[in-house]
Amino acid sequence: MIIDRPKGTAIPIYIQKDSLWRRLRVYLQRDAVVGYLLISPAMTLLLILVAYPFWIALYFSVSNTMVGSPGSFVGLRNFINLLDNSIFLQTLQNSFVFTGISVFFKTVLGLTLALLLNQKLRFKRFIRGAILLPFVIPTALSTLGWWWMFDSLYSVVNWTLYHLGVIASTSELNWLGTAHLAMAAVIIVNVWRGLPFFAISILAGLVAIPQELYEAAETDGAGRVGKFFYITLPLLRPVLVIVVLFSTIFTLSDFNIVYVLTRGGPVNSTHLFATLANQVGLVSGNIGEGAAISLFLFPILVITVYFQLKMIRKD
Amino acid sequence: MSAKKNSHPVKRIFEVYLPLVPFLIFALFPFYFMMVTSFKGDAELYELGAIPFWIRKGVVLEHYSFLLNQTPFLTWISNSLLASALSTMISVTMSIMAAYSLARLNFLGAHSFGIIIFITYLVPPALLFLPLSQVVHKLGLSDSIWSLVVTYPTFLVPFCTWLLLGYFKNVPKEIEECAMVDGATRFQALIKIVLPVALPGIICATLFAFTLSWNEFLYALTFISSTAQKTATVGITADLIRGDIFYWGSLMAGAVLGSVPIVIAYVFFLDYYVSGLTAGAIK
Repeated sequence: MIIDRPKGTAIPIYIQKDSLWRRLRVYLQRDAVVGYLLISPAMTLLLILVAYPFWIALYFSVSNTMVGSPGSFVGLRNFINLLDNSIFLQTLQNSFVFTGISVFFKTVLGLTLALLLNQKLRFKRFIRGAILLPFVIPTALSTLGWWWMFDSLYSVVNWTLYHLGVIASTSELNWLGTAHLAMAAVIIVNVWRGLPFFAISILAGLVAIPQELYEAAETDGAGRVGKFFYITLPLLRPVLVIVVLFSTIFTLSDFNIVYVLTRGGPVNSTHLFATLANQVGLVSGNIGEGAAISLFLFPILVITVYFQLKMIRKD
Repeated sequence: MSAKKNSHPVKRIFEVYLPLVPFLIFALFPFYFMMVTSFKGDAELYELGAIPFWIRKGVVLEHYSFLLNQTPFLTWISNSLLASALSTMISVTMSIMAAYSLARLNFLGAHSFGIIIFITYLVPPALLFLPLSQVVHKLGLSDSIWSLVVTYPTFLVPFCTWLLLGYFKNVPKEIEECAMVDGATRFQALIKIVLPVALPGIICATLFAFTLSWNEFLYALTFISSTAQKTATVGITADLIRGDIFYWGSLMAGAVLGSVPIVIAYVFFLDYYVSGLTAGAIK
């Protein structure tokens, strides 16, 4: 008979009465048992409040459920209707424009800022703290500040532009009431909020690059540009990939900024998936269609997650 | 880019500090402006020609007193505090348990569980909020703080588990193994040995969890409708507008005060916030 000793347990030198309590204690020392016990709360939570709602979302999207009345199966009608719906197509375009431009600027500005911060600085702690502030403060509340800054009559942005001679009068630019300007405004706030995340994360990657590589390159005659393109960028690639992929997901599914600043307007020119789903699903009550809108996020998520996992496996 | 040796001090100002100034202004100006606006009297606030950058006609406290005395602002703050504190406690506890088992224990399904946690973090609230609103309604938790206490862990637990996993992995196995040879169980090893050593990580996870809970907006907006139950973020953005009139002074005062708890935590624990983000980047 082979005595099964689970890894990591102390062998009881003597076994007194084989009481239930004592057997339980021995059982509880097995790795597998402890492991399952420890992860069960988290697993249960995720099953009930993530997996199950996701399943329900799938059901809603192929039904005609409205708020307050259960619906019935209607197949892919919601999805087909959406692809014909000009507001949804506008939202699709908005999402890609918003995400593409925001992530681009966050990457470029974040990289620049990280390079600046990676030098000998006095007040480093204060500067880093100040830079990180927009990311930490509640977005909904700081967006209120931006709302006031873009107000059609009293905008401080317009005031500054007017006094710099860029525009002819302080009410020339109705930021939140003009289609392209509203998109610009929303992008500016998103970049303002997300830049710290990029900067601090990239800085962490920069700090990890060994000095010797730069010194070796200098002796080989590389200038600043050469060092940047042949050492810094390649070694930053893992960090950049992770940060960009994370940011893409969170920028694409943004709700707070657009909701507080424009509610998706003017004329649906700043609606994103989340705000449109809220409008259609909860405000108008058409849950089936709202769920279908949200689910358009899913394929993009899958692709992003796939690339993320690939990158992580590579390291 | 490495620091230059023997650089002329004036040159350093131009090359290093000056380029940072636009970034600093960009980052800090909105907060400065919100504060200035919250202390400006209505007359100066709505004067079209006035300089917006500072206060000329005297600092005014009426926006703050309006906010504190004539709106449910303090109720909203206490709602946020309750929801955030409870969610944080629940999530950090669950995450400690999950992260420990992933870091130390080898059992069937451990690796898959890790992947599941990671993937769950990437399923955004924007996708889940609609069906969750129905689940919350079915659970009878609609329109109460408990709906948040129950749903916030869905995004807090994956993030904190991931964060703590890194810290736990850095705790040397030997000290636990010593303790277990001396007769300690896994649970005892976790509580008496690993947790104290990984305390910075736990503080970090707690801070992030609290901040993410306090700042949360979408679920709070979706699940709670009556004014007295709202959290700070939702109440301030939604309920300070009467009809068509925007009480900008009080809106800004609300935005400033609503951020205060986070700012306090941030000022005292800045290094933890930075190390949390940094740990995330170099994973």
